[in-house]
Amino acid sequence: MNASPTYVQTPEAKTAYDARWQRIMDCVNLKTPDRMPTSMFCTFWLAKFGGISHRQLMYDYDKAKELGERVLREFEPDVHNPLLLNVAAGPALEAVDYKQLIWPGHGLRDDQPYQYLDREYMKADEYDEFIEDPTGFYLRKYLPRVCGAFEGFEEFPDLPGLHYFRLVGGVRGFGRPKLRAAFERVLKAAEEVDRLAEQHTNFTEHMTALGFPTSHISTSVAPYDLIADYFRGATGTMKDLYRKKDKLLQLLDKACTFLTRQTINWSKASGHPIVFFPIHWGPDNFMSQEQFKTFWWPTFRKLMMNLIEAGIIPMPLWEADCTKRLEVIRDIPPGKCIYWFERTDMVRAFEVLGDVVALRGNISPSLLTTGKPEEVDAAVRHLADNVFHKGGKLILDAAFGIPDETPVENARAMYAAARKYAS
Amino acid sequence: MVEKTEQENNLVAWLSDMKEDDAFALAKKMLLEEGANPIRVLELCREAMDIVGKRFEKGEYFLPELVLAGEMLENIGAIAKPLIKQAPGEEPKKLAKVLIGTVHGDLHDIGKNIVTFMLDINGFEVKDIGIDVPVKNFIDAINEFRPDVVGLSGFLTLAFDSMKETIAAIQDAGLRDKLKIMIGGGQVDEAVCNYTGADAFGTNAIDAVSLCKNWMGVAA
Repeated sequence: MNASPTYVQTPEAKTAYDARWQRIMDCVNLKTPDRMPTSMFCTFWLAKFGGISHRQLMYDYDKAKELGERVLREFEPDVHNPLLLNVAAGPALEAVDYKQLIWPGHGLRDDQPYQYLDREYMKADEYDEFIEDPTGFYLRKYLPRVCGAFEGFEEFPDLPGLHYFRLVGGVRGFGRPKLRAAFERVLKAAEEVDRLAEQHTNFTEHMTALGFPTSHISTSVAPYDLIADYFRGATGTMKDLYRKKDKLLQLLDKACTFLTRQTINWSKASGHPIVFFPIHWGPDNFMSQEQFKTFWWPTFRKLMMNLIEAGIIPMPLWEADCTKRLEVIRDIPPGKCIYWFERTDMVRAFEVLGDVVALRGNISPSLLTTGKPEEVDAAVRHLADNVFHKGGKLILDAAFGIPDETPVENARAMYAAARKYAS
Repeated sequence: MVEKTEQENNLVAWLSDMKEDDAFALAKKMLLEEGANPIRVLELCREAMDIVGKRFEKGEYFLPELVLAGEMLENIGAIAKPLIKQAPGEEPKKLAKVLIGTVHGDLHDIGKNIVTFMLDINGFEVKDIGIDVPVKNFIDAINEFRPDVVGLSGFLTLAFDSMKETIAAIQDAGLRDKLKIMIGGGQVDEAVCNYTGADAFGTNAIDAVSLCKNWMGVAA
């Protein structure tokens, strides 16, 4: 990625940028990089680092950008997550009136991180409607349920079937008062979301000029996780595994199709080849191996394969412990993905997957938040000695990014140890 | 428990095998058409839940089965309980009292709810005081409910400090020696257990049941 004309990238910064990106791509391509790369993924830890409230971080673009820059200049990771998008979203969330999250200043205290509200946003008897017409379901049911700005879209005209003079007459439906009001709110919301996007682009371009690449721009979701997290709710989907088995499988297949299309489009628009997937419902304890192989894995694998074919590098973060899944998720072409593990033993992951994927992770959150710098140092050394120096293409990071409460000296210890033990 | 009829055996088997429709239809028929003793039907449900719990322990069942089992129990209970005419009578004696809640700052409840369900079907009297529970509410609930065990749940890393504060407050209130404290949740491990001052930690609902049984001197 080239720096924008707004920010001038010095030759030194370009050299640094290229070297950092090369380390990541070497790992993806299963080549040994010149040293073990590091990644910085954080959200509300920026607030701790900068001594401000979570709320301020969510609502103050300039402060968030300033802290993001300070963090990158101090820790010099090889890649970083899109720091602004994950935190400075307060005004955008307000404008959309997003109902699936509560956040500091909007239902939570100023020092809390935002939290997701696990609910049934789609009813058990709505599978057919969603499967038959995903766009219609989004417009008339889902969007008004999860975003206040879209309230009124329940009256969105039914389009398929409109033709000739019926089509002309059908346009009348767009003038319904509730729908008109909703359109006005949505346009305003779009302007605010656009501001967030501009700030994000401005920040990443600035960091590019300074020599710091992002690990990814686009985020996507596994089909099962889309339905379980954002539509049927955790327990709703668990019951559907028995009560709505066939419908769930049909919807997962449909979701794979539209997620493929959307993820490719978004990734191409971002100009960044890596797409991040936070994986929520894959862990060992959440479902049986049989259920995993029937419901979870096939459509995610298909989605990854579609993306790989389009030149995209999927980067799933396998949350919790996925040790029992390692043999199953090995079934992808070598040199195409980054697998980020949270609690799965990284040495074991390396043994099973080392010749297939780059690895990322996984310094423990409890160690980072409650341990001492020398313990963090030892944990990094363990991964350097037992994974990286044994041939593992490891990108060092915390288990799911730097936990919000991590003392700054522990984060310093993590990045310093990565340079010390794996240069 | 008295010898079971074939029909009763079917109810236990269908419930424990997740054959929800068959089990519910049979329970309904027994209760509403055949005048079965509702207390007896609920006993059979308990027996089925015991099998579900054991299969979970053995790694044959996972969260979906616990959730579905809980719902089947609730649905049959909704028909059976209003039919219980006589005074409640001799309730089976509970093993111990467990107070459970998600610590302040954290709104997650799926894990806590599953632990509550597993403790309940294993014979514990469980009081669930919800999510984002302030320290004071834990102290008040301990004073009122007099639990043998307190379970602190939390999914976010911020829960580490909330758990530590809650346990310190229990100590300061002079209640610490009278009870055991277990913690659980996505990020909880040995380091967090030491940091918070809890007696033990668990990473799943079975751990919670085993800890409580061990502390109460009940064979696990």
